[in-house]
Amino acid sequence: MTKDLVIIGGGPAGIAAAISAYDNGIKDVLVIEREEKPGGVLKQCIHNGFGLTRFGENLTGPEYADRFISEAKKRNIEILTDTFVLNISPEKEVLITNKEGIKSISAKAIILAMGCRERSKGALNIAGARPSGIFSAGTAQKYVNINGVMPGKRVVILGSGDIGLIMARRMTLEGAKVLCVAELMPFSSGLKRNIVQCLNDYDIPLFLSHTIVKIEGKDRVTGVVIGEVDKDRKVIPGTEKHYDCDTILFSVGLIPENELSTRLGVKIDAKTKGAFVDNYRETSVEGVFACGNTLHVHDLVDFVSEEAELAGKSAADYILNGKREREYIECFTGDNVTYVLPQKIDKNSLGEQKIYFRVRSVIDNCFVKVTMGTKEKKIKKLIVAPGEMESVKIKTEDLVDASHIKISIEKGE
Amino acid sequence: MFDVAVIGAGVIGAFVARELSRYDLKIAIIEKGSDVSGGASRANSGIVHAGFDAAEGSLKAKFNLLGNIKMPQVCKELGVKYEKNGSLVITDSEEGVEGLVKLLRRGKENGVEELYLLTGEEVKKIEPNITDSVVAALYAKTGGIVCPYGLTIAAVGNAMDNGAELYTDFSVESVKDNGDGWELIDENGKCIRAKYVINCAGAGSQKIANLFGDFSFKIGARKGEYMLLDNCSNGFVKSTIFTLPTKAGKGILVSPTVDKNVLIGPTSIEQEDFNKDVRIPAFDEIKEKASAMCKNIPYQNTITSFAGVRAYSDRGDFIIEESKVKNLFNASGIESPGLTSAPAIGEYVAKFVAEKFNAREKNNFNPNRRPHDYFKSLSIEEKNALIKERPEYGKIICRCEEVTLGEIIDAMRQNPKAKTVDGIKLRTRAGMGRCQSGFCQPQVLETIMKEYSLDYGEVLKGGKNSNIIIGGKR
Repeated sequence: MTKDLVIIGGGPAGIAAAISAYDNGIKDVLVIEREEKPGGVLKQCIHNGFGLTRFGENLTGPEYADRFISEAKKRNIEILTDTFVLNISPEKEVLITNKEGIKSISAKAIILAMGCRERSKGALNIAGARPSGIFSAGTAQKYVNINGVMPGKRVVILGSGDIGLIMARRMTLEGAKVLCVAELMPFSSGLKRNIVQCLNDYDIPLFLSHTIVKIEGKDRVTGVVIGEVDKDRKVIPGTEKHYDCDTILFSVGLIPENELSTRLGVKIDAKTKGAFVDNYRETSVEGVFACGNTLHVHDLVDFVSEEAELAGKSAADYILNGKREREYIECFTGDNVTYVLPQKIDKNSLGEQKIYFRVRSVIDNCFVKVTMGTKEKKIKKLIVAPGEMESVKIKTEDLVDASHIKISIEKGE
Repeated sequence: MFDVAVIGAGVIGAFVARELSRYDLKIAIIEKGSDVSGGASRANSGIVHAGFDAAEGSLKAKFNLLGNIKMPQVCKELGVKYEKNGSLVITDSEEGVEGLVKLLRRGKENGVEELYLLTGEEVKKIEPNITDSVVAALYAKTGGIVCPYGLTIAAVGNAMDNGAELYTDFSVESVKDNGDGWELIDENGKCIRAKYVINCAGAGSQKIANLFGDFSFKIGARKGEYMLLDNCSNGFVKSTIFTLPTKAGKGILVSPTVDKNVLIGPTSIEQEDFNKDVRIPAFDEIKEKASAMCKNIPYQNTITSFAGVRAYSDRGDFIIEESKVKNLFNASGIESPGLTSAPAIGEYVAKFVAEKFNAREKNNFNPNRRPHDYFKSLSIEEKNALIKERPEYGKIICRCEEVTLGEIIDAMRQNPKAKTVDGIKLRTRAGMGRCQSGFCQPQVLETIMKEYSLDYGEVLKGGKNSNIIIGGKR
């Protein structure tokens, strides 16, 4: 079987990319989704806060997803659900498996939209045995919101990323007692609005610079010991606090899924853990594009959709017009910036280009400095934080004499 | 009434039962846990030792060598992964070289073949990630690796396929001599009768022996903690790297596993009980020791840590003997090289007991069991033919290890049947990958619910009180 465009993943990124590719001239699109229904992780995000930027509305996850799924249905875009991609060869042969069997699809172009996975407790070197009652926050969210069951009654959460915060509220609303949220860093990595709406509003204490030292329990969790950490993130003796609990949720980081990408030969940026891309979202492999959380973990799905539309448009252009000539300049991280995306920009691009970045720590009263060759752009910021993805827009005219772009954060005016 | 009851479904009980099932005997395997392979057999280094470490003339030496020789064939029959990857005992000092020479001599005494001394340079050629300060090594080509719980499960399964009956959740709490043989009674008063009993209860074997009135040995507990690296670290080392053994044991090793992970550990911590808690200092202890053996260990790829507890006897050697109490046999204190020795111990004990019964060998004993990963070994055409009949084989449940629904269902239908999330994990590897069941656990749970008509709240992770969903419906 051959398809013009195969999109790996039917979550918000994949569906938006499909619609965009279709609207830009590619009707022969196939979206491959491993779960029974499209929508990705949004299916289990029953809280609202989605679409504020995109639609000017305050939608729940499923509502936001449905906006795109119904658009895809209107266009009769094929979404193959309950199907898993086993491999993508460098020649763009996509090997899939489902209840009909294992088969191969040849694609002219591919968009990677696999999303991300959660870092597990096992990677954290926490003492204790392996009782039941330990869940990553996302898995617990699936149990509560999709399966309709409560994993436990007395909960301690490690990690103040958005999923941990949302689950603190969720479990409380369903009758569990959430004893506290512990956060390793001296700042939360979640959105400020979630700290307020999920912790403060429910009197759930947040312990910054704390981690879980030991898990107690043999068959089921019976308790947890948390301790304060110093600036080297080592536990300070004597600060240990014990909590009786039966459930521990881990919200300790999201990691872009890139097994397929790596096997395909796509170069991965260690800073984002996603592919190196240009401003068209094309990866190091010709005709392979990436968008959404598989590329870099977003905070707001609104920007996932925007990025996916860009990738869809680029993939359509590639299929219709072939490989284009590009003149790239690289984007670098400067002081206090952990990553920039895209990592290179075509000087000859049309219009404004958006560069996303994240900062290393919470910094207030600062400015974002964008250096483009000899030109400089400064944008004042009241506060920047690692948990809130930032972006700057640059005009490609400003890149004419530039050999590179650098983004940094500096204190002061 | 059974002819023989084997108490303990760890690797020793598993092989004793499997070998016994060659004979015309009615066999019961009695396991206190919810699943087989729950003790040390589940959490150990998975090494098939070459046999140079055990003291000359000891039972350890004898059974290690025999087991090492048998292992490839046994693994082929039982469909279990095995690799002869070689063992390297390294040293970074001149005194250490003397220690290696001692091991070499002892190995030769024990009948071990293909033992060589290598220079530091030769070691570095085989293992680029070995420490720069390596001076010499003992290279044992007959050393190998195996999946210890896979082997145990397969041996029990094969025993069951050949007629043995498995009783799980049966903890022997009292015994009664009823004239004909023994009555083994659990905490609920359930009773299993057998003419002859073989004590393979590992950590519990002293307690079991005592119940029979046998106080001839003591069992102590020594915990070993491990760290496991993601299979993206596969190839970091090819052989199993050891350092010179000390009184506390063989020390830390750095080894590939048959599933392409890298295993680092174990520590050696004397304990009062058999708790499997990984201690807070364990990680630093493991890293310190391992970093002296290999350079650039990618600890950032750690996906999990766990502990196993060695049950060692106060005799300093295996206890493989008939008890002074009648109709009781003790196969106890089987610490390292217990896993390697298991096929040989099983054969020895089975022959011994079969002779007591004058039992004939069956002519329909089937030594073979379908490999647990047989689906993965099929070609795409063969897979598609199977998927036509059984579409569940087309659906992936565990994305990290690419485990299909068909394989998970098989694990609940092939002897010994999986009933828990961990049971499915041990048999299929679902949940052992880098996301550590974050993605697949809800689906595995639902599959168990469907197979056994259970509610969410009834599905166990592993042990009896390990229910996963305890908050009810939302």
